[in-house]
Amino acid sequence: MSMRILEKIIPDFLRGDNQELDEGRFNFRRLWRLSVFLTAVVSLVPLVFMTLLHYHLAQQYLESESYNHTYRFVRNTWRYVASFLNERKTVLELFANQYSFEELNSPGQLEAILDNMEKRLGGVRDIGVINSSGIQTNYVGPYKLKGVNYSNQEWFKKVLRNNTYISDVFLGFRNVPHMVIACKFDQPDNSFFVFRVTLDLEQINRMLNQLEMAGSTCTSLVNQEGMLQTTCRHHPEILKKMSYSVPEFATESRVIEGKDPEGRPVIIGYRYIPGTPFILMIVEQKGALLRAWHKSRIQLVVFLVGSVTLIMAVILGVATYLVNRIYVADRERVSSLHKVEYSNRLASIGRLAANVAHEVNNPLAIINEKAGLIKDMFTYKDMYSEDKKLIGLVDSIISSVERCGTITKRLLGFARHMEVSIQSINVQEVLEEVLGFLEKEAEYRSIKVSLNVPDDIPEFESDRGKVQQIFLNLVNNAFAAMEDGGSLDITVRREDEDFISTTVTDTGCGIKKADIERIFEPFFSTKTKKGGTGLGLSITCGLIQEIGGKINVQSEVGKGTTFIISLPLKIDKERK
Amino acid sequence: MRLLLVDDEVELVSTLAERLSFRGIDADWVASGEEALKKAETETYDLAVLDVKMPRISGIKLKGMLEAKYPDMKFIFMTGHGSEDDFRTGSSKAYYLVKPINIEALISKINEVLKK
Repeated sequence: MSMRILEKIIPDFLRGDNQELDEGRFNFRRLWRLSVFLTAVVSLVPLVFMTLLHYHLAQQYLESESYNHTYRFVRNTWRYVASFLNERKTVLELFANQYSFEELNSPGQLEAILDNMEKRLGGVRDIGVINSSGIQTNYVGPYKLKGVNYSNQEWFKKVLRNNTYISDVFLGFRNVPHMVIACKFDQPDNSFFVFRVTLDLEQINRMLNQLEMAGSTCTSLVNQEGMLQTTCRHHPEILKKMSYSVPEFATESRVIEGKDPEGRPVIIGYRYIPGTPFILMIVEQKGALLRAWHKSRIQLVVFLVGSVTLIMAVILGVATYLVNRIYVADRERVSSLHKVEYSNRLASIGRLAANVAHEVNNPLAIINEKAGLIKDMFTYKDMYSEDKKLIGLVDSIISSVERCGTITKRLLGFARHMEVSIQSINVQEVLEEVLGFLEKEAEYRSIKVSLNVPDDIPEFESDRGKVQQIFLNLVNNAFAAMEDGGSLDITVRREDEDFISTTVTDTGCGIKKADIERIFEPFFSTKTKKGGTGLGLSITCGLIQEIGGKINVQSEVGKGTTFIISLPLKIDKERK
Repeated sequence: MRLLLVDDEVELVSTLAERLSFRGIDADWVASGEEALKKAETETYDLAVLDVKMPRISGIKLKGMLEAKYPDMKFIFMTGHGSEDDFRTGSSKAYYLVKPINIEALISKINEVLKK
């Protein structure tokens, strides 16, 4: 089934059996390949180029957009964290400035401040006042830390140095992650004290977690050793080393590329938060950021594949159609040329035959008369009248001359009829004339020829030369198809009022089913290797159409072929 | 009955005349149109058998010339071209025979023509 469809789709010029026609004339396959190639290049190259350019630009734009997005996120978030810490520091300074050292050490006052701070800010675990010797003079909180000496603690020294101190997150005596904000305040008597609060991490954690965007973003604070100060989506444990190395110090927000522990590409935005030991780290999966890009990339690829397929289909269709049209026109041209050549050749042969016949006729007539005279002398004079043998010899000469005469007459008649002329035709006469040419061949090859023309077949009007040629071609074909000893049957019958049909049946090799449809095509020949031009039946078919007839064929391989020719009794005036 | 045979092939026309004489038909022969015209002036002929294709004066032309002078003269044409069918449309007085000629056919045609 699919083979049949394929056979119908594939044009003639691409079929294997027409290869020889391409030589010396247009090479249609090459023409087709060239036109497909050039059209494809001209239309596909700009398309592919533009698509790749678009692909590249879109990728670049979306990549830079994802960098900018991370950058903006870092910039906004670090300000938020910084203001969170500053707020606590400012509140601490406010209380310290509002109360004197003594007041802060008076009973009840510090509890009120802790209470107040907890209400306003939340997350304040304890509060303490440390004198200039490093002794915690007052403390409110869940631990018993009043009187503890901090003078040797590193953080205390940093407060003395910088006036303010914000600690890393650490476990400390209480073994709970927390951080400390401490500020140094000078007294009028040149002494000072340190006011210190401990903050738990719940609030800052919650704040950062809320900022984490949907998907795969990880927002956390790390210290400068790379220890996690807050938890995040991918790092649920605090105070562990983070998976990424500590980024290079910078005073501004930065975005860099890296890889996560699984080796996937990530975009890392960071910011050293000034005045604190913290670095804000925002890690985003590059794949997630570029998801939109991947989607549009697939659309782009689908668009490209679709366009290329459509363009190629159109190019193939148009090129095949056009080349096939040229091919068909060219075949028609060549076929017409061949037909003209064939008719010319036939006419030349006819003229030659007529000349030869005429030239032979005169000496033949002399031989005839001389032999006749010899016979007359034998017959009318007594000398040889009894010699039967001599009379027999002369009779044989005369009968041979008569035979030659029949042949020359037939040749002359045939050649004369090749000129176009509409005349009344007796089909039996024409068929007998045609068969006369093959009489000897039939005899040598023991081919039985039978001709049946019923009496009711009227004479009909047509071009005698064409009718002759049609029958001669068909009878010749039948002879070529048959082995010696075959039989040829020609039967004429009246089809209806307007047509007579002639059936030419041979017992030859037959025609394959696949070939039957093509036998009337020009150049189709099963005798290519035996000198067939492939034009015989095509010309016969053309001649039949010219005189308004029809031809049909029935054949069975190995049994024989029947050609049925219907000819009109009257030829159209137009055809005349 | 006197016959004049005209054909540029001397061998043919002389032999034909001899053969006719065996059959009791008195026939003179000449090998050209000019000779035929001369001969017709000296003798009276009932019938002329003419070759169609001859040099200078063709058989058809000769027939015209003889017919003009001797309206009672009958004619039979001999031709080496084609078959009798080709001459179906000839004039009523003219009959055709295709070479090589069968002598019996010629005699029957002569009789036929003269009867008319």
